[in-house]
Amino acid sequence: MDRKAILNELKKVLAPYTEDKAMLEGINEQTDLIKDLKINSANLVDIIIDAESQYNIEIDFDAAEKMYNVGNCIDVIAEKLNPSA
Amino acid sequence: MHNYILNYLPYKSSFLFVDNISALSEDGVTGNYTLKKDAFFYEDHFPGNPVTPGVIITEIMAQIGVVVLGIHLMLTGNADKNVAMNEGSFPLLTSTNVEFYKMVLPEEKVIVTSKKQYFRFGKLKCLIEMHNTANELVAKGTFAGVIKNAAPKQSVNE
Repeated sequence: MDRKAILNELKKVLAPYTEDKAMLEGINEQTDLIKDLKINSANLVDIIIDAESQYNIEIDFDAAEKMYNVGNCIDVIAEKLNPSA
Repeated sequence: MHNYILNYLPYKSSFLFVDNISALSEDGVTGNYTLKKDAFFYEDHFPGNPVTPGVIITEIMAQIGVVVLGIHLMLTGNADKNVAMNEGSFPLLTSTNVEFYKMVLPEEKVIVTSKKQYFRFGKLKCLIEMHNTANELVAKGTFAGVIKNAAPKQSVNE
């Protein structure tokens, strides 16, 4: 799964947690989950849990700490999906 | 028998809404509180017709169901390894979604039962129910909270 495909699936994971659907539609790797998408910071935990079941991966504390923008989320998900890459 | 945990609650007098903890494990908690007849909110809610405000019902559920359980998880080492409490820490509610089924009047005792849904990355989420002494459902909802100023354990130990 390439980065663009992960980004498109990530939109579905983020959708329940942001009010700004127009911003969500146009996200790119620089989009900040809290500053741009105005996501409740405590809901980042739920996003991580939803991403785990969406991609069937396990995200640990160190990886979770990096997941504050879309690009970093894709980094973590891509690495877990394909550890050798 | 689990009331030692009450010593760790940061609330004082008029905003402490926990009397007893009757069951406590890493998966959940049961506790109770009896509404005081002279509580500050009855005089104005409503004049001559005291009814416990929904926000107070919510607070009782949160203190027993989320805060007591969260402190227990921190104290017993079942917490996320990177999260710890220190003297500057306090609990913050991050979401609630509650439905109310019955009124609660002054001097009524309410029993709160909480089941952990998850505790990860410092966030505790629970399904919480409140019953009255007739075992009628008073309120039910999903609550989540975090510990603010939770420091990584390594820096606490320094």
